Amino acid sequence: MRQGLIRDLTLGLLGLALLLVLPAVFPHPSLRDFLIYVIAYGLLAMSLNLLVGLTGLVSFGHAAYFATGAYIFGLLMQSGSVSIPLAMLAALAGTALLALVIGAICVRLKEIYFSFITLAFQMFIHSIILTWVDLTGGDQGLRGGIPRPPFLGIDLGQPGTLYIFCAVVFVLCLLLMRQVWQSPFGYTLRMIRDNPTRASFLGVNVVRMKLGVFVLAGTMASMAGIIMALFVSGAFPEFGFWTTSGEAIFMIMLGGTQVFLGPVIGAFLLQLLNHYVTIYTHHHGLVLGILILAIVLGLRRGVADYVADWISERRRAAAPLGREEGAETAPPTPPAARKMVG
Amino acid sequence: MLQVEHLCKSFGGVQATRDVSLNFPAGSLTAIIGPNGAGKTTFFNLISGQLRPDAGRVVFDGEDMVGLSSLDVVRRGMARAFQVAALFPSLTVREALTAAVTAHQRRSWSLLSRFPLAQSRARVDEILDLLGLAPKAELLSRTLSHGDQKLLDIGLALAMRPKVLLLDEPTAGMGPDERWRMIEKVHHLWRAQSLTVIFIEHDMDIVFKFAEAVHVLKYGAVLAQGTPAEIRRNQDVIDAYLGTDHHLAVAEG
Repeated sequence: MRQGLIRDLTLGLLGLALLLVLPAVFPHPSLRDFLIYVIAYGLLAMSLNLLVGLTGLVSFGHAAYFATGAYIFGLLMQSGSVSIPLAMLAALAGTALLALVIGAICVRLKEIYFSFITLAFQMFIHSIILTWVDLTGGDQGLRGGIPRPPFLGIDLGQPGTLYIFCAVVFVLCLLLMRQVWQSPFGYTLRMIRDNPTRASFLGVNVVRMKLGVFVLAGTMASMAGIIMALFVSGAFPEFGFWTTSGEAIFMIMLGGTQVFLGPVIGAFLLQLLNHYVTIYTHHHGLVLGILILAIVLGLRRGVADYVADWISERRRAAAPLGREEGAETAPPTPPAARKMVG
Repeated sequence: MLQVEHLCKSFGGVQATRDVSLNFPAGSLTAIIGPNGAGKTTFFNLISGQLRPDAGRVVFDGEDMVGLSSLDVVRRGMARAFQVAALFPSLTVREALTAAVTAHQRRSWSLLSRFPLAQSRARVDEILDLLGLAPKAELLSRTLSHGDQKLLDIGLALAMRPKVLLLDEPTAGMGPDERWRMIEKVHHLWRAQSLTVIFIEHDMDIVFKFAEAVHVLKYGAVLAQGTPAEIRRNQDVIDAYLGTDHHLAVAEG
């Protein structure tokens, strides 16, 4: 139990070290920008996977909380009256409250109805952003830049410092989500994902648990939005458009739902494609579509899930006969593929 | 322990449960039998909070349970296993039992600690031993054989430390040998855990050998109730369900 925590902390530190060393080894400014995109969208995809992969709730409207975080943070910073940490906390709390209200309605619905009502609420938030021009700048987004006054001796106006800050926040959020993933709470969510009716007959308050993880996931998405707003020094309605949610779902499908870091790998792959395919061709949507098709039809699960399944198959094959008794009676359907069908 | 009074339930025009009144004393082992469509599973759904009856009362430990959710019913001490084992396919046997014990200990919300919690371990091991599932504890639930899946389903119910255990056809889909092994385990559990057990069963040999009391349902109504010996001799039951072959076999035997 304690070993797991120590292992996760060690891996977190190693990951952070890698993130910090990479731009130093390859001192190209575009690499840093690329990594910040991966961080922001990776965090969004990871937070969505708390719902999709862990709880079995496929939300189509997760970007609503990404946008809410970005806008609350941006507006507070533009007001000039609060420091960055305070604005961040306020944005997180505000988004959590919004997710609580929306979630209280959504989590009572099942499957496709849940998906569509989350989409509906996202479009609702998106239209508020578009139409409340005085506050949000409408389709132009928050203009004039987001000020980044130094706090506690940290000046996020420096691109290098901003990058380090984003990397640290990213790793902290991943560790937090890892804790959720490995906690009794996380395992109760797996019960709900596998069989909600049975879970309710085992003393699990399914609706409340779902609401709990919905708020948690929304708050994490908000953090991703804050990082994005800090980086691009603005907030735009596209943050809350359905295509942003769609991209997060793409990342999860690309990377995998069952391996903890799958969505980050998906985010990395998608950003890689976005950045580099566009250099060579205008038809980058076509390339992307073909790749997604290849992964969905070929691997029938995300890349990380595929690798994890492959490794466990190898281990099983290497294990002495009889230890995995009854394993051959199971259909070879991988968990991720099951989820896409069911 | 559990009294059911004038329970009624209709689906559209079909009366699935008609004025059912039954009594289950504490510590009893009762079988519910009846032809297909007699309303046996509906009866379980009504008393376990999955369905709300149109009329009647379900009094458990002196409290009327009608209107309570399945969650509330479980927390008051009535757990059930299902006709088709209801499991968590992606969890191992141990993980599933641990998650259930954790839920019973009201620690499902624990976010700061790691799974499994130390305080759930003893109870999980106890259940694994009781059911003989210890050698398969690390297997994924979906890879278990049919019989082991039914056992795990019962194990999940036991994690609730129930006073009343409802078993919907514990031996369904099993071969003859497996059936006897299963029912002997249930019988052992009933003794060892001082439970009140109500089980639905189609195998009359099992019913008459193990049950202390037998309630017979037909078209949603109580056709007969009594000891196994009384039920065997009951002409209504023989006509409706057992058939004369069984009657003759009994008479000869």
